[in-house]
Amino acid sequence: MAVVPAEIGLIVAGLLFCVGLAGVLVRRNIIFILLSLEIMLNACGLAFVVAGAHWRQPDGQVMYFFILTMAAAETAVGLSLILQMYRRFSSLDTHAINKMRG
Amino acid sequence: MTIVFYISAALAIVATLLAITRANAVHALLYFICSLLATGVMFFVLGAPFVAALVVIVNAGAIIVLFVFVVMMLNVGPDSADRERASLRPRAWIGPALISVLLIVELAHSVLRHQTGTTAGAAVDAKQVGMALFGPYLLGVELASMLLLAGLLGAYHLGREGTGRS
Repeated sequence: MAVVPAEIGLIVAGLLFCVGLAGVLVRRNIIFILLSLEIMLNACGLAFVVAGAHWRQPDGQVMYFFILTMAAAETAVGLSLILQMYRRFSSLDTHAINKMRG
Repeated sequence: MTIVFYISAALAIVATLLAITRANAVHALLYFICSLLATGVMFFVLGAPFVAALVVIVNAGAIIVLFVFVVMMLNVGPDSADRERASLRPRAWIGPALISVLLIVELAHSVLRHQTGTTAGAAVDAKQVGMALFGPYLLGVELASMLLLAGLLGAYHLGREGTGRS
């Protein structure tokens, strides 16, 4: 039975991570930035699962479970921050909030 | 089985690229759901059915629904009905639908060809994962539950009307 080589899986995870990173760097809409963060977290989880499948151990999947938990908490807080930002500035553009009041 | 992995990997990368280049947030979310489903098929082929179910239920199911709710809340306005009508045009949903159909064909193919549904010998099933989670990783599970509680409270506090108005 042909098993997927671990290198290919890790390369796919790296490519997905780079796409997410490009999204964070390029997009100015804050919803897309949060979405790209989600893509990057998912790519990290993919790398963990590929490694876990390579060594036939459950630890990779356990780590994906923790990453998923963290992603859920991060998304909830991030989205409520986005709602607050939209209420205050009526905009989702990150350029609208680049001034600090210090 | 390997070819199924390659096809879904290619679909995942293409769907992610399309997701970050869309102008409309709902279209981007549709493509991101496709990317997550492709990741789920990859996990399934890698022999991790528990995580494959988890990514479909929690990631594509719950987290993306949160995103969709927020996008819909931000879209409320007089011209949202026109936008709604525009988003029902075929060229908005034909791409994600095509990717999803390809993924389900792949999944059906791999399930029908191998009765267990996973590559032989590579499977780490849900029982092993559960024993690891509630054995050596028990403290981590407790911490994860506390993190979720903190996320819940934080989202509730930040999402209220008029919090911290100066």
